[in-house]
Amino acid sequence: MVKCSSMKKNNPNSAPAADHADMPIIADHISKSYNKGAVNALRDVSFEVKKGELFGLIGPDGAGKTTLFRILTTLLQADKGQARVSGYDVVKDYKQIRSSVGYMPGKFSLYQDLTVEENLTFFATLFGTSVAAHYELIKDIYDQIKPFSDRRAGKLSGGMKQKLALCCALVHRPTVLFLDEPTTGVDVVSRREFWEMLQQLKRQGITILVSTPYMEEAVRCDRIALIQNGQLLNIGTPSQITDTFPVKLYAVKAASIYTLLKDLRSWTQAESCYAFGDLLHVTLGPHTGDDLALIREYATAKGHDQVTVQRIAPSIEDSFIRLTTTNSLQYGSADQS
Amino acid sequence: MRTLRFLLQKEFRQMFRDKTILVMMFLLPVIQLGILPLAMDLDVKNINVAIVDQDHSAYTQKLITKLGASGYFKIVTVAPAYKQALFSLENGKADIVLEIPPSFERHLIKEGNQSLNVTADAINGTKSGIGTAYLLAVIRDFNQDIRLMSNRQPVAPAIIDIASSAWFNPHQKFTWYIVPGVLVLLLTLVGGFLSSLNIVREKEIGTIEQINVTPIKKWQFILGKLIPFWVVGMIVLTIGLLVARLFYGIIPLGSILLLYLLAAVYLMALLGFGLLVSTISNNQLQSMFIAFFFIMIFVLMSGLFTAVDSMPVWARTIATFLPITHFMKAVRMIILKGSTFSDVLPILVFELLFAIGLNALAIRNYRKTQ
Repeated sequence: MVKCSSMKKNNPNSAPAADHADMPIIADHISKSYNKGAVNALRDVSFEVKKGELFGLIGPDGAGKTTLFRILTTLLQADKGQARVSGYDVVKDYKQIRSSVGYMPGKFSLYQDLTVEENLTFFATLFGTSVAAHYELIKDIYDQIKPFSDRRAGKLSGGMKQKLALCCALVHRPTVLFLDEPTTGVDVVSRREFWEMLQQLKRQGITILVSTPYMEEAVRCDRIALIQNGQLLNIGTPSQITDTFPVKLYAVKAASIYTLLKDLRSWTQAESCYAFGDLLHVTLGPHTGDDLALIREYATAKGHDQVTVQRIAPSIEDSFIRLTTTNSLQYGSADQS
Repeated sequence: MRTLRFLLQKEFRQMFRDKTILVMMFLLPVIQLGILPLAMDLDVKNINVAIVDQDHSAYTQKLITKLGASGYFKIVTVAPAYKQALFSLENGKADIVLEIPPSFERHLIKEGNQSLNVTADAINGTKSGIGTAYLLAVIRDFNQDIRLMSNRQPVAPAIIDIASSAWFNPHQKFTWYIVPGVLVLLLTLVGGFLSSLNIVREKEIGTIEQINVTPIKKWQFILGKLIPFWVVGMIVLTIGLLVARLFYGIIPLGSILLLYLLAAVYLMALLGFGLLVSTISNNQLQSMFIAFFFIMIFVLMSGLFTAVDSMPVWARTIATFLPITHFMKAVRMIILKGSTFSDVLPILVFELLFAIGLNALAIRNYRKTQ
């Protein structure tokens, strides 16, 4: 079922699954450009999200995440390709989509001069329902902001705003929930809480598409798609993505990290080397012998103290870095040329 | 209907929470109507005159006294020579120099005629024009007096005496003319500016994004935006009429109901304009500038200060196509002249067409999907 756009390129007629009920979100070869083609925000993006799945769209700022969200929520029309949400076409059946999905834009988009309660009631009315009608869905989240229900939304803290926005997006019990960078600019604790709330919503049978620039949040999703420059690089479960990391990855540490980074980058045996926290992540080119010993010997020969080398399992971020730099990867380093 | 009710509730709530806008909305009519008509008075008073009297005779004394007694002139200096008087014109102390040549009286008596020299500072065209005209009128009057006095001619020459009576504004008070105009200006500002800021404000804060994904209908959203400003416009009109009554004693001669009907339709047209501006701009600054550009033209070409009839043909053509021109005319007609429904019907139809056209454009232009 999982197909990367690059794999499907030569076969545009391979239609997505006909059974829309199982696939609340289907994007089929979506392209979108701005400024008359000068900026390609999305290039031939195809993916599907299964019912009840928590699907993450992971990519840096400017990768095209928001554009994709706006197309799927009927706010923007794609130049090419089709998309279906809850079985409805995003262009033809936009009306049905608008009453059946919840959308939380990346920018806080509620009325700052209305109170928490007024915002919630207002959006419930716009969806032709009431706060009480689906209260059980938002209860756990709303309870946390209830003490501030008379406060104006603009005066809430970042995490509170997030919760209110989520409540407003859920007030009509949508079948599909779109969350555009919900954790950007939110503190670590609130972020963890937020992901726990999403897990709860998932249990209630709501399909969730969430985007984030934070790679470490990817593991909380059932499946993820890595996006860069408007193209999907890879789709799969977080473990699938890290498992397909093609080479062995080593974490290297020494007393002077910066000079070690420079030394490793100028080493012909190293395929890639980048800083990762307070460690260096290194991959090697083809060679004979023990990798660990090789790296340690090289580092010691360059005069480094306290050298530790360890084989580690690649993270999503490692996969992402590898996917985005594949084209430039070659033996030796670019610094030499 | 329920959705619309909640939309309106939300709009009014937001309006009442924005203290600045609220204060401006109610202070604007009071301040503008209370102060502007007095300041904008086009009547020319206090014309400063420098006199060069080279004759120093009984006649010149009489002329100068007459000048001072007219109430329009203030004699600032009596200079011995024209050069000095001209200097006071240059440094702005005087507006007009009146030069009386030597042997003024003798020439008048002996030869029956004598020229005077009037020099006016024309930087302020209105003041110099009207001031000179007043001065000439005073001199003409003086001329009549001395002819009768001198008794040279046994029979006084035939004089055509013109008595004029000003209809609809018997005392020719400038405020009567300008107050209804400022009232129209106020409605235009409230309707045009405030509404042009509204949708674009939602765009700027991003709330429109959240609204657009809801199943709300276009007409509901637009109506939800229109009605509050329409109500505010009517309140401003009411305050304006009260101020006109209390400050200037201007009580509409015609039907107040008719005035409100006309204003209601005019406001609809203007709100349509504001919404249109709002839909085509991306931020409040943009929409402010676009609205400012048009409203400036509207106001200056509307006949608020200057008569539309005396504009060049091209300007008159533009003015005929502006809703404000006709509304201005109708408001003056109703307030000052007591015009009836049938008198303003063509104007009402014209405004209605504008209201429908502009609102249709605004609704067409507002898109939930880009």
